Amino acid sequence: MLPELFFYYNATVITVLSALVVTRSNPVHSIMLMLVMFFHIAALYLFLNAEFLAAIQIIVYAGAILVLFLFVVLLLNLKKELVTQIFIVRWPLGLVAMAGLLVLMFAGIKSFTLGPTGDFTIEKIAGETHTAAIGTVLFTEYIVPFEVASLVLLIAIIGAIVLAKKQIKT
Amino acid sequence: MVELQWYLYLSAAVFTIGVFGFLTRRNIIFMFISIELMLNGVNISLVSFSHYLQDPRGQILAFFVITVAAAEAAIGLAIIISVFRNKETVYVDEMTETKG
Amino acid sequence: MTGFLETMFSPGSADMILTIGTIVVKIAILIGIVLLHVAYAPYFERKVIGHMQVRMGPMRVGPHGLLQPIADGLKLFFKEDIIPAQADKSIFYISPVICLFTAMSTLAVIPIFGGFVIANINIGILFVLAMSSLGAYGIVMSGWSSNSKYAFLGGLRSSAQVISYEIAMGLSLVGVIIMSGSLNLTDIVAAQEAYPLKSFIIPQIIGFFVFCVAAMAETNRTPFDLPEAESELVAGYFTEYSGMRFALFFLAEYIGMLLMCAIAAICFLGGWNGPFEVPYIPFFWLLVKVYAFMFIYYWVRATVPRYRYDQLMSLGWKLMIPLALFNVVLTGTIKMLR
Repeated sequence: MLPELFFYYNATVITVLSALVVTRSNPVHSIMLMLVMFFHIAALYLFLNAEFLAAIQIIVYAGAILVLFLFVVLLLNLKKELVTQIFIVRWPLGLVAMAGLLVLMFAGIKSFTLGPTGDFTIEKIAGETHTAAIGTVLFTEYIVPFEVASLVLLIAIIGAIVLAKKQIKT
Repeated sequence: MVELQWYLYLSAAVFTIGVFGFLTRRNIIFMFISIELMLNGVNISLVSFSHYLQDPRGQILAFFVITVAAAEAAIGLAIIISVFRNKETVYVDEMTETKG
Repeated sequence: MTGFLETMFSPGSADMILTIGTIVVKIAILIGIVLLHVAYAPYFERKVIGHMQVRMGPMRVGPHGLLQPIADGLKLFFKEDIIPAQADKSIFYISPVICLFTAMSTLAVIPIFGGFVIANINIGILFVLAMSSLGAYGIVMSGWSSNSKYAFLGGLRSSAQVISYEIAMGLSLVGVIIMSGSLNLTDIVAAQEAYPLKSFIIPQIIGFFVFCVAAMAETNRTPFDLPEAESELVAGYFTEYSGMRFALFFLAEYIGMLLMCAIAAICFLGGWNGPFEVPYIPFFWLLVKVYAFMFIYYWVRATVPRYRYDQLMSLGWKLMIPLALFNVVLTGTIKMLR
C-alpha cells in the first residue's frame, strides 16, 4: 500500500509542478518550482534503487544547472519585461501537438511487455552498494563513452567561455 | 509493487509538457527550461527501465543524459547572454537575423 | 537508503514503529544539541575575539555574560517582522527556510559516534555536497526577493563564491574517498583507524588545507565574508530581513559552520577516534576536534583582513582547484602503486 501511495504522491506532484513550470510568467518562480520538482524526481530514483543517480540529480541538476539558469536570469534582470505576452500567438497548436504526442505515447505504453531481465538485481546492488555497482559497469564496459563525455564537457567549458566573453582580443 | 507502466505514463506526461513549453513559449529561457523538463522525463523512463529489467545500462544512459544536459545548459546560457548583449531581447520571435 | 525505504514501506512490519520512533528520538537529541550549540557559539566567538583584541567581550548579562545568548534570542523573537513593500513575498518568505533546511538536513548524515547517526546512507558525502550546493539558492533568492541593491549584490557575490569554492571542496574530499574507498561517513572514520594518528591528516594534508580554505569561503566567514561585507553592502543578502527571519539566517550560518567543522573532523581528523578511550563519552574526541577547528575559524576572523573580490575568485580558481586536482592525482597514483 505505502509504495503505491508514495509513487502516486510523487507522480502527481511532478506532473503538476512541471505544468506550472512551463506556464509561469516569472522565470525565477519557474526555477524555484523546478527545484522542488527535481527533489521529487530524486525521491523517485531512490525508490527505484538508484541512490547514486538521485544524488547526481540533486548535485548536477539542482546544484549546478538550475543555479546557472538562475544566475543568467538575474544577470539579464528581466523584471521589466514580465508583463508582455508569455505564449506565442498560435499556442493552441502547441496544445494539439502535445495532446497528439501524449495519446500516441500512452497507446504505445499500453501494449508494452517486459523483456528478459538481467543480473543487476537488488541483492547485487545491496551487496556492493549502488555507487560501486554502477562504477564497475561505467569504468569497464562504458569507459570509451565516459571519456567522450569528458571531452563533451571540456568543449562545453571552452565554448561557454568563448561565447560569453565580452570581446576576444585579436 | 508499482507497475512499470505507471512510471512510463509519468515520463510521457513530463516529456509532453516539456514539448508544449518548448513549442509555445516566447522567452528563450523558458524554452531551455522546457528542454530540461524533457530530458528529465526521459531520465525517469530510463531509470525505471533499468530497475524493472535489472540492467545497469539504463542508469548509465541516464548518467550520460545528465552530462549532456550540463554541457547543453552551459553552452545554451552562454548563447543567451551573447544574444541579449547584442539584441537586448530574450524573445525568440524577435531574433530574426538569420532569416533569408 | 534502499534498506531504509524497504523497512519503512514493507507491509505489516512491526519494526516500523520502532524504527520511526528511534529516528525521531535521535532527531530530537541532535536538534537539541545543535540549538544549544548555536545559542552559545556566538558567545564563544565574541569572547574569543574580545580576548584577542584585549577586551572582555560580553560581560553585562549574567556572570561573565553567560546569559547573553538568551537576551539576544528574546530580543530577536520580539522584534517587529518587516517585509519590504516591493518584495517578492512568497520567495522572501521561503528563502531563509531553504537556508535552514539545507543546513539542518545535512545533520542527518553526520555520525556523532559509532552507531549514532540518523541516516546511515551509503552516499553520505554526496548528500553533504548536494545540500551545501542547495544553500546557494537560499542566499541568492533572499537577495533577489528583497528588491534592494545591497541585498541583490550580496546575493550575487555570495552565490558566485559558494559555487566556485564548492568545486574545490568537493575535489578535496575526493582524496579522502579514494583512500577510504567509501562514500559512507561511518566507513570513512573506520578506514582511518589503520593510519598514523588514526586520521588522514598526514597523507591528505593538501586536501585538508584546501578543505579548510573552501569551508571558510563556503560559510561566508572572514577573510571571505564579501557577501556580507559591512562596510560595502550593509549586511549583504539579509539586509532587509528582521526579527525571526533574520534569526533563521543566523541559525543557518552557525549550523553551517558546525557542519563544516564536523565534516573536517570526520573526514580528515579521524572522527571520534582519539589517542585513548574516554569512558562513557564516546563522542568526546569529536567534540574536541570540532571545537578546536571552530576556534581556528574565530582566530582567522580576528587576524586576517578581508580579501578583494577578484583576489577571492583567482584564489579559488587558480590555486585551490588546481591544488585539489593535484591532490586527487597524487592520491590516486599512490593508491594504485601500493
